[in-house]
Amino acid sequence: MSKVRLLVGTRKGAFILTSDGARKRWKVSGPHFAGWEIYHLKGSAVNPDRIYASQTSGWFGQIIQRSDDGGKKWTTPGSSPEELKSADGMPKGESNKFVYDTSPEAGKPLTTHQWYDGTQHPWEFKRVWHLEPSLDDPDHVYAGVEDAALFESKDGGKSWHELAGLRGSDTGPKWQPGAGGMCLHTILLDPNNPKRISIAISAAGTFRTDDGGKTWKPINRGLHSQFLPDPTAEVGHCVHRIALHPSRPNTLFMQKHWDVMRSDDAGDSWKEVSGNLPTDFGFPIDVHAHEPETIYVVPIKSDSEHYPLNGRLRVYRSRTGGNEWEALTKGLPQRNCYVNVLRDAMSVDSLEPCGIYVGTTGGQVYGSADAGNNWKPIVRDLPAVLSVEVQTLP
Amino acid sequence: MIRVVLPPHLRTLARIDGEVEVDLKTAVTQRSVLDALEARYPMLRGTIRDHVTHLRRPMVRFFACGDDLSHESPDTPLPDAIACGSEPFLIIGAIAGG
Repeated sequence: MSKVRLLVGTRKGAFILTSDGARKRWKVSGPHFAGWEIYHLKGSAVNPDRIYASQTSGWFGQIIQRSDDGGKKWTTPGSSPEELKSADGMPKGESNKFVYDTSPEAGKPLTTHQWYDGTQHPWEFKRVWHLEPSLDDPDHVYAGVEDAALFESKDGGKSWHELAGLRGSDTGPKWQPGAGGMCLHTILLDPNNPKRISIAISAAGTFRTDDGGKTWKPINRGLHSQFLPDPTAEVGHCVHRIALHPSRPNTLFMQKHWDVMRSDDAGDSWKEVSGNLPTDFGFPIDVHAHEPETIYVVPIKSDSEHYPLNGRLRVYRSRTGGNEWEALTKGLPQRNCYVNVLRDAMSVDSLEPCGIYVGTTGGQVYGSADAGNNWKPIVRDLPAVLSVEVQTLP
Repeated sequence: MIRVVLPPHLRTLARIDGEVEVDLKTAVTQRSVLDALEARYPMLRGTIRDHVTHLRRPMVRFFACGDDLSHESPDTPLPDAIACGSEPFLIIGAIAGG
């Protein structure tokens, strides 16, 4: 019987929640890395027992952790005894070394981006927001970081180098931080085209490479952001999350600061599909595992009030790829609820029926084993949830 | 033998209980102590000082013999009590946040 494994990152550690395919009874493991912020964990599609975790701290910086047994044991990559000696006899210890590439060979090395007040500000590495294992090699993994850049490791996280063409694109000096920092938070890999990657940055927008990361272009045409002096500018949009269904990688869905959007040409143009949503501000967006036109969002009141409208936590589902939305409420708190669901804190499993999971800033993880019709809390009292990823296991 | 006390989160990361002891054959300075510490526990690289610049991370402090040495040159010799191991070199996370 199939199993599911939820990888939950929180403000104070990681938790792993496991269940059989019925998804009724859950085991909770954790906290792993207790006391540290765990921005994201994600397993390899090729080897689900290979899991990467981003462990961060305002005091001690970035740590990358890796498990090769499904989350039971963790190591900082490159720290096993046989890996400790480099050519000069000294340990490397570079699994947490994220250094921006400013070499001339990188093209147009960038040293500054736009600060909140419009002045230029040095690029400073702060943390890894998102880890995206490649679709065909468990040792190959991408990292989206703050200040916004894309890194990759091809040795299982032992060492990292920047795909500098992204920051080197002409628009880099115009990128600016959103309220949460200038983070590269979404990495979408095209299952049909290994050279195509789409990423999203707050607050710069979406970008795409079609040559494996050498060159990038902004893909923000059709976005309208009222807070910008030019609401249709090429960059500067606060994109909160993008998602795709693997069977239709040219169709992208976006939850923007305000507005839910879709593109049917891999991001070359976007149209709004907020439709009858009561508010179209929110953070996460995801796609049903078996229905490419069924999508989910969690609307919240506004940019200045990051909690559900009227104190009722409602996941909204569209079975028409947008525009027509229905509120999913059964089992979710419908009064006095003022939590939020952050951008990486929603995930779908690939069982039948499709399961969907959301983690809240109040420490609850809610799950639905029937595509959102009915919800139950899996855990109620974790630290604030930053991310939820689900693995469907044989 | 130089005694080093790490903050709890770094002890967990390095899988250390209690103090760490490092041997130095060179002058005993912040830099040489940290070099030896990171050589023995490579997972600590980047957590106390920057990987490239080797500057102390902003919310990490160094104390020895009751004095705050955080703003001393990394090449200033540490007190004799540190060099002979009668006092530990303290690496401390700033008190902030929750």
